[in-house]
Amino acid sequence: MTELSRRQLLTNGCVGVAAAAAPTEALAIARPPKEISPDAIGMLYDSALCIGCKACVAACKAANEMPAEIPPDLSNWNEHTWDSAEDLSGRTLNVIKVYRNGTAEKKDREIDGFAFVKRHCLHCVDPSCVSVCPVGAMRKDPVTGVVSHDPDACIGCRYCVYACPFGVPQYDFNNPFGKIAKCQFCRHLLKDGKVPACCDVCPTGASLFGNVKDLEQETARRLSATPGTSYQFPRGRLGDNRPPNPATIPNYVKAIYGEHEGGGTQVRYIAGVPFPRLGLPTVPSQAPAALSEGVQHTIYQWLIAPIIAFAGLAVLVRRRVNHAEGDAGPKTKGDRP
Amino acid sequence: MSAAAPLRRSLVTPTTLVLAALVIVGFYFLALRLIYGLGAVTNLNSGYPWGIWVDVDIFIGTALGCGGFSMAILIYAFNGTAYHPLIRPALLGGLFGYTLGGLAAFTDLGRWWQAYNVLLPWHWQPNSIMFEVALCLLAYTVVLWIEFLPILLERFKWLALKRFLERWMFVFVALGILLPLMHQSSFGSVLLSMGPKLSPLWFTVWLPLLFVVSAILMGYAVVMFEATVVTHAFDLPSEHALISKLSKVVGWVSLVWLVIRWADLLNRGVINLAFAGDVKASMFWIENALFLAAVLIFLTPAGRARQRASFLGAVALLGGAILYRLDALMIGDTPVGNWSYFPSVPELMVTIGIIALEILLYLVFIKLFPVLEGVSRSDTASA
Amino acid sequence: MAATRKPDINYTACLGPDPDAQIPSSASVSRRQLMQFCAGVAATMGLSSAVGVRMAEAAISPARPPVIWLHGQECTGCTESLLRSYHPTLEALLLDVISLDYHDTLCVGAGKQALDYKHAMMEKHKGAYILVTEGGTPMKDGGIYCKVGGKPQAELIREAAEGAAAVIAIGSCASWGGIQSADPNPTGAVGTQTVIPSKLVINIPGCPASPYNFLSTVLYVLTFKRPPELDRENRPRFAYGRLIHENCERRPHFDAGRFALEFGDEGHRQGFCLYKIGCKGPETYANCPALGFGDVGFGSWPVGTGHPCFGCTEKDTGFRKPLHALATVKTLTPPTAFPQVNAPEGAGPTAGAAAVLGAVAGLAVGAGAVLLKQMGNGKKNASDASKEQG
Repeated sequence: MTELSRRQLLTNGCVGVAAAAAPTEALAIARPPKEISPDAIGMLYDSALCIGCKACVAACKAANEMPAEIPPDLSNWNEHTWDSAEDLSGRTLNVIKVYRNGTAEKKDREIDGFAFVKRHCLHCVDPSCVSVCPVGAMRKDPVTGVVSHDPDACIGCRYCVYACPFGVPQYDFNNPFGKIAKCQFCRHLLKDGKVPACCDVCPTGASLFGNVKDLEQETARRLSATPGTSYQFPRGRLGDNRPPNPATIPNYVKAIYGEHEGGGTQVRYIAGVPFPRLGLPTVPSQAPAALSEGVQHTIYQWLIAPIIAFAGLAVLVRRRVNHAEGDAGPKTKGDRP
Repeated sequence: MSAAAPLRRSLVTPTTLVLAALVIVGFYFLALRLIYGLGAVTNLNSGYPWGIWVDVDIFIGTALGCGGFSMAILIYAFNGTAYHPLIRPALLGGLFGYTLGGLAAFTDLGRWWQAYNVLLPWHWQPNSIMFEVALCLLAYTVVLWIEFLPILLERFKWLALKRFLERWMFVFVALGILLPLMHQSSFGSVLLSMGPKLSPLWFTVWLPLLFVVSAILMGYAVVMFEATVVTHAFDLPSEHALISKLSKVVGWVSLVWLVIRWADLLNRGVINLAFAGDVKASMFWIENALFLAAVLIFLTPAGRARQRASFLGAVALLGGAILYRLDALMIGDTPVGNWSYFPSVPELMVTIGIIALEILLYLVFIKLFPVLEGVSRSDTASA
Repeated sequence: MAATRKPDINYTACLGPDPDAQIPSSASVSRRQLMQFCAGVAATMGLSSAVGVRMAEAAISPARPPVIWLHGQECTGCTESLLRSYHPTLEALLLDVISLDYHDTLCVGAGKQALDYKHAMMEKHKGAYILVTEGGTPMKDGGIYCKVGGKPQAELIREAAEGAAAVIAIGSCASWGGIQSADPNPTGAVGTQTVIPSKLVINIPGCPASPYNFLSTVLYVLTFKRPPELDRENRPRFAYGRLIHENCERRPHFDAGRFALEFGDEGHRQGFCLYKIGCKGPETYANCPALGFGDVGFGSWPVGTGHPCFGCTEKDTGFRKPLHALATVKTLTPPTAFPQVNAPEGAGPTAGAAAVLGAVAGLAVGAGAVLLKQMGNGKKNASDASKEQG
């Protein structure tokens, strides 16, 4: 039918041209990035200060009432007392991992060295998980910026697990009534004015809690100081009067992870080895949520487009049906599905 | 009465028995999943939280059920009245594709007993594309059943009710075109939040368009495939003339799809990734080759004329579009960390069971209800 | 695993006709006890039992050299710890078997008589005796802060070192200055090596030093006439080659993040790691967890009893770093069980899954082929020719 193919040709051409003529559509269609709250709280993790003692892992388990996790190949060892979480999971909200290279002789050295990294939720400024959750089980506190999860709303679709650029939310697959698990900044302790468990117990101050603004200044101080000079590293919460950890400034890589990644995060990292070595993914600065929401709202804003489309289609279909009825007579009455 | 009639063949055949067995096995493992959890039955993990149940049963399964949608566009939006005989079988395929896709979605949910939350207005999160997909999918499944209702009513001879329904059918037909346009494109938008994790070979702002057009193409391909297989299996008059006509449309739309895809890839300057020599690159080429094969077959008169060729063309198109979805959802995805995933045997058996159920119900329905046209008088006697 | 070759020592001959008889030179040690002891020493040093026999032989050989033992600024704890060791043979071994010809504290004589005897021994065995120093040496103001017999200790050491075949400094004080060298070090106390820089001094630091580390070293030197393998600070590697942190029985608690936060708290009662209350184990090289002190069984060392190690063997830690300051965790490669970045996770294809997929694919391809064949045969359907839709 020539009528059909001509129409198709026209549509083909238009769409083809449109596709070719829109180079920056990705940025243009994204909605504006979200701003960080002025009272946002955060964490600074200093990999060079971390000694891999895992006090934070044990404290997090205790504070959040999570069970021990024994790696399968150590399950018969030491009468099941070897609690060593190997990765984030439905039962582990915070984990310490080691980067090893070659002989792994020297700490914070990239070649033939080793370094520690702490993995848990980064509490993004523009979180993907909050944007993608169909039932709003993931929420970001407008003041503190803590990204929390409500298991009573969650339907377990695991879109948050799929979408998080940092691989944070975990679903407990081994439990028929499993929940999504992720660090919630110990918000049950925060409301009593206490410090998150991991920062509270860290002996060296590698995990430091505080306002993002203050932490940014602390980070700048450390990165600009000369390596080898002595420095009093604060512990627990920045601004508290806990005795600091007197040590020397390590040889940092001059970069802050989380400053721009995925639109910025409230938990940031500094380290003595490049971040990709520590398994921290390379994430571009546009928040994925900004793009997906931008596209979705462009199409569906106020459901205008669907309503108009529906009206148009209803008219069209009605006309075709009546047309067919009128044309072919009673025989075609039953042809209508 | 319409030209369609039930195919009076025995419901119990070797094929249906085998399918029933597969269904039972699949549902057994599904029961295990409900009792012991997803980890006991599947190989899903944090790097691959969506495995074949989500990818094949939901994303691909519902796209395979787009026959009704695609035919409706052709018949009602483009006045393709000639294609009428194909609409009922297409609708039937859609019915089960979506209903069972919905079942698969429900059982894949980690907290399925709270699934109703998505219907409660105080839990609605409109920024989430999955929210729109869930509601649209539910609504469309209902619409499909309403669209299929006249066939049931015809069978049970409740004609007054049927006529009443048909007066308002235009509303549901319109919805039956709008809703899939919405959620099939949103299936593509779902991947927009993947950002850096999805390979640039698939990640593009044009994902919604590519997904909806390929869903429409899959609808046509499924209709062509089903028509060919069913007419041959049950020795019915061939629908090849119609299929041939349809394939020209399909050929052009497939070409458009390829043009959009490649224009976008070249525009973004990411085509070098296709030469990386890894699994992603290989799958990319296979996917595009299948689409190209379909285009070439359908746009050449010789290809359209011969049954074999057009059947192969439909298969190629189905293969290409299925692979496109699998690539965009799983193979093109690089999770954070060092993860592997391959479905376990129970996991595979559940998917196979669901597909077997779709085929089984299709066979049962064409035998019980007036779906197929060209069923001759002699066939109405028991076989 | 079976022994690859027979030792070339006849143990029966070594033990002699009556193993339980006293050794001629000793009042209380039998050959059997001596052999047992030396076998233990050899094991401590990571050497074979054959070496133990050689050590025993050397120990009772009439040609064995004497030991001259000098004391400087010290508390005599090292000597005491030697004597306190519950090994009935040890005291006797030291005093009777290895001819301890002169010991400032233990010698029976006193005053001029004792010193004269010392000089006589030094002359008689010149070039052959082993000099052991215990205690620091003050160097400030000409070293007047420690004198024996009117002579500054520094001079005494130099004098004695001249004719010594080997010099062993027992204890932290002799190794690097010890407690009196703590800030502000008013007497200028230093270790023995600083006093005699030109002669190799084998350091056996510790406060007190483990008597077994000392004794093993002495026996080694007696047997092989050369020092055992030493580290950069001239400490025998068999004893000081590892951090306490590497051998500590509370290490699993450190690795799992379980710490005592205060003396007497729940964690402390449970025996958790003492890192957070200042244990210097992570920066101290010694073998205390393996040996213990006082021979009273497992756990008889500071951490074992619930007090953090204070790094007594280490020059920059013991008596320098505050007791409850956090230790610097020295370069310590994490154990292989420590979870690694980018460790592979998840399940790959199994034979069963591949088989299922293969079966499905095979079925689809097979059915498709059959269908294509049917079509290709030109099999026309019943009313095909007449069927034409508008």
